Amino acid sequence: MTIKERRPRSPMPDVAGNGLLDRRALLGRGIMFAGATAAGAGASLTSAAAEPLKDDPWSLTMGAITPPRQEPSRFEKNVVRTLSNPNHEFRNSHARTPHHLLQGTVTPAALHFSINHSGLPDIDPEKHRLVIHGLVRQPKTFSLEDLSRYPMVTRMGFLECGGNSAPMFSNQPFQGTAQALHGLVSNSEWTGVLLSTLFEEVGLDPKAKWFLAEGADSLALHRSVPVKKGLDDAMIALYQNGERLMPGNGYPMRLLLPGYQGNMNIKFTRRIKLLDQPAMSFYEAKTYSQIIPGEKLWKFHFLQEVKSFITHPSVGHSLKGPGFYEISGVAYSGTGRITKVMVSADGGKSWGQAALQGPVYPQAFVRFRMPWRWDGQPVVLQSRAWDEGGNVQPTRAEFVATRGQTERPVASPLAFPNQHYNSITSWGIDSKGEIKHVYA
Amino acid sequence: MSTRNLILSLALLAFGASTALAETPGLGKNITEDEIKPWNLDVLPDGTNLPPGSGTPTQGAPIYAQKCAVCHGEKGEKPAPGYGALVSPPKFDKIDAFKSVSYYEFATTLFDVIRRSMPYTTPRTLNDNEVYALSAYILSLNKIIGENDVLDAQSLPKVKMPNAGKFIVRFPDRI
Repeated sequence: MTIKERRPRSPMPDVAGNGLLDRRALLGRGIMFAGATAAGAGASLTSAAAEPLKDDPWSLTMGAITPPRQEPSRFEKNVVRTLSNPNHEFRNSHARTPHHLLQGTVTPAALHFSINHSGLPDIDPEKHRLVIHGLVRQPKTFSLEDLSRYPMVTRMGFLECGGNSAPMFSNQPFQGTAQALHGLVSNSEWTGVLLSTLFEEVGLDPKAKWFLAEGADSLALHRSVPVKKGLDDAMIALYQNGERLMPGNGYPMRLLLPGYQGNMNIKFTRRIKLLDQPAMSFYEAKTYSQIIPGEKLWKFHFLQEVKSFITHPSVGHSLKGPGFYEISGVAYSGTGRITKVMVSADGGKSWGQAALQGPVYPQAFVRFRMPWRWDGQPVVLQSRAWDEGGNVQPTRAEFVATRGQTERPVASPLAFPNQHYNSITSWGIDSKGEIKHVYA
Repeated sequence: MSTRNLILSLALLAFGASTALAETPGLGKNITEDEIKPWNLDVLPDGTNLPPGSGTPTQGAPIYAQKCAVCHGEKGEKPAPGYGALVSPPKFDKIDAFKSVSYYEFATTLFDVIRRSMPYTTPRTLNDNEVYALSAYILSLNKIIGENDVLDAQSLPKVKMPNAGKFIVRFPDRI
C-alpha cells in the first residue's frame, strides 16, 4: 500500500471539510471502522505486516521491585517540562507543561507548570503560618494543622499564567509546540479551605473591599484581590491531585482563585490583609497591566478568558499517512463551564462540533474529541470554544484587531510581548504529515 | 430571665438558623497588629503604612551603585542580561513597549518593591531611609522628581507619575 492511497469512504457523512466526522462516530458506532476493516483498510499504517508473536525477555523473568513512590517508565523520559532557567541564575524560572504528550484533563502534579520569581522556598510546614489581619474583627494566625481541621472542599480548576500563549502576539507564527505556546496552563484537582470560611473566622469589617495576599518567598510576592472574589469561590489550597502541593505550586498552602490570572493565586501564602483599596503591587502595577493599541492602558485584567487548543495532533507529532486520527485538545474559561467546542480542518471555512468529555466543570479543563479521516492533503486544524457566559474564543484576526500584535517576529517564548492572549491556534499539516504553527 | 438573656433568646428566635451556621470552628491563634509588624510592609497608593524616614536622590546614588547597579546597570540603564532597566521613556505606543518605573501609576509601588523584595539576594536588609533614598534616586533618573527633592511619607504619595489616571479597569463588575 502506498502512503497516498485513498481510504475507502466511511458510511457516515463528513460533518465538515477535509474529513471531519460526526462526533458521535466514536460512541458505540464502531461498525463504521469494522466496515472499513472488512474493506481492507484495517492493516497497520506504520508496519508492512505483523510478525509472528513471541515472548519478550520481560515476560520471562520476575520484574523490578515495587517502589514506595512510583516513577514513570524509563521509556517516558521525554515527558518533561521545558525550563527557562536550567542553570538557576539569579532571576525567575519557568517550567512548561508538555500538553502534546499528555491526554485527559488532569495535569500530573510533577508536570504542572510553575513560575518562580526567586526560586523555590524550602518551607518547613510545621513552622509556616498564615496570618489574616487588616480590616478584620480579630487578626489570627493559622498553622497547617489548624487549617487541616476546617471543613474542606475539593474542586477541579485550571491555573493559567497571564502570559500563557504570549508568543502568539508575534506578527509571524512562532514555531513551537503546544508546550512552548500554551505550556503555562495546567489543570488539577485542588482540596483546601474556602477563604470565606476563614473570613468568617476573623470577621470582615464592612469597609474591606480588597485583600492582599502575600507569599513566604524571598520577594514576599503579593497581589490585590477584590473581597468579592474571596467570598465567592477563593480557596486556601492544601492538596493538589490528592497529595500535598508540589513545592513549585505553593507548598504547603496557596491561594486558589478559580479562573483568575495565575500570578494572583499567591503561592506559599503567609499573609492576607483586608484593605479598603488595592495595594498596586509591582506585578499588578507593571507586568499584569497591559498596553492596548492606541496608547490605552488596562489594569485589573483578572479573568483568564475562554480558550482552547488542539494537543493531538500538534507540533512535535507527525501523521504517519492518511487514515483515521482523533483530533483532541483542551478547552477552559475563567468565566465558567465550556458549552461548545467546534473544530475545523480547513482553516475555519467549515466547522464540526466536537464531543466534550464530561463531566464539564466550571473554570476547569474539558477534553474535546473529534474523529477525523485524513486524506493526505494539506489541512489546517483549529478549535474554537464557547463558554456559559456567552463568550466565544476570538479568531486571530478578531483578537489582533483589538489587542494588536508585534511589529517584529517574536524569537523566544520568554519574550512576553503582552498578556492575556486567547485566540484560536492553527496547526498546518502538509502532505507529508509534518505539522507547523500557522496563522489562518 | 435577665434582659440580656431575653435579648439573646429573641435574637436566636429571629436568626436561629443563620446563627447556628455562623458558628465557626474557632481554630487559629489570636495575634495583634504589633506582632504582625515585621511582615506588615505593604504601602498603599495613598501613602498608608509608609514608615518614618526620608531620602534624596543624592543620598540614593551611592547606595544604588553599591547594591543595585550590578543587576540593574549603572544609572538604571544597560542592565545585566536577563534584568530590566529601571529607566526608560514613558512612551507606550506599542503593545510590547518596554515598561520600567515610568510605567507605574503610583510612586508607592517603587518604594514597596524595593522595601519588600530588594536587593534580590539579600531582601529586607535596607533601612527605611535607604529605601526612600533609592526611590528618590530612581525617580530622579526617570526625571519624575528633581535632583534635590526629598521623599518621605508625605511627599512620596504626591509624586505625579506620567501614567497617573490613565489606566482603565478591565472588568469593573469584578471589583
